[in-house]
Amino acid sequence: MARIVAGIACSHVPAIGAAIDRGITGNAYWDPLFRGYGTAREWLAKLAPDAAIVVYNDHASAFSLDLIPTFLIGVADRFPIADEGFGPRPVPAVEGHPALAWHLAESLILDEFDMTIANRMPVDHGLTVPLSITCGQPASWPFPVVPLCVNVVQYPPPTGARCFKLGRAIAKAVASFASDLRVVVYGTGGMSHQLQGERAGLINRAFDTAFLDGMTRDPMALTRITHTEYMREAGSEGIELVMWHVMRGALDDDAAEVYRHYHVPASNTAAALMILENRSAR
Amino acid sequence: MSTPRDYDTIPGTYVYDARRSRLGYPLNTFCMSLNDAANRAAFLADEARFLDRFALSAEQRRCVLERDWLGLLRAGGNIYYTIKIAFCDGLTFQDVAAAMSGVPKETYAQMMLAGGRSPEGNRFTAEASSGPPGRIPQGEDG
Repeated sequence: MARIVAGIACSHVPAIGAAIDRGITGNAYWDPLFRGYGTAREWLAKLAPDAAIVVYNDHASAFSLDLIPTFLIGVADRFPIADEGFGPRPVPAVEGHPALAWHLAESLILDEFDMTIANRMPVDHGLTVPLSITCGQPASWPFPVVPLCVNVVQYPPPTGARCFKLGRAIAKAVASFASDLRVVVYGTGGMSHQLQGERAGLINRAFDTAFLDGMTRDPMALTRITHTEYMREAGSEGIELVMWHVMRGALDDDAAEVYRHYHVPASNTAAALMILENRSAR
Repeated sequence: MSTPRDYDTIPGTYVYDARRSRLGYPLNTFCMSLNDAANRAAFLADEARFLDRFALSAEQRRCVLERDWLGLLRAGGNIYYTIKIAFCDGLTFQDVAAAMSGVPKETYAQMMLAGGRSPEGNRFTAEASSGPPGRIPQGEDG
């Protein structure tokens, strides 16, 4: 049977991807951020998972305002890299895991999560930047990926509590997949940031620290943060943090924090990387 | 659709809710077209003519042509969409963020390096009209 072994919370700032693509990660601006990524890359290479479920949001790349799926799962063999308005990132296309993805879709829908199913979908920086951060620049990504999109562009996104419950249902679905896979779940986006309006540039280190601490101390309390509180305290785009709850819900209650990195700024954003491991998988 | 929301008290913030989405659909649909390289070239070659393909309001059209980044938000633009206009111009998210907050790019970049804009004094419209640097002035729609 498949099992979830670890969770990775990771910001997906486009400028981080651009820094990797342009080969400038060692400069004075980027080095303090990238120095914190090495440990995570070594950890992930050693873990060598068989598949990843990446929870992320599309940023007007695959989906326009014509169709706005709240929760979506990608079941394709392969996901091309989106042109987000400046040409596609020079990274490998993302190989899917159709068998696991379809199993998840069936299990989640029967478990009362009404997933949208995508057979054809380009993926944007929301998915590829966390892969670049944790895997570097390989010729092909080291494991197949099930993309799981959450709408956070059109208000309202799903609540943190709903996202956490989706994570619970994902854990149940993975556990019933009849193949001996070791799976990691990425929760991407965040932390505090605001990209729009006169208030652009808002960063709230105290909020972010409490959120990071809460991932192990009391994740259920974090699920009660309201949308308005996210936007007021962590910036209008800080609401992306609801996606971390999907990852957290997919892990065991007593999952252990094994690594944390937090840095301000990555362009307009507080960037974080946190690794959680299921004790049962150690 | 005009029911006040509790997040309306957050200063300098344009939550992309139903009210703005109904207004902004044509504008954001134009922005979405800029994901295609041929459309980017056509837009830059003749902006006014390219905009004729979309049912923009006069105000939305003005904001696009004048690169009025705050005006675009007020006219129903969503930042993930309107930023695509900036990408056509070779601008970055920081360039546009600086313009929206009304400071030179260098000032904005320095604020970010110093830890970003503090939430202190910037949580509620009532408290944000004066005070130390980083506090934002009140917009008509913030």
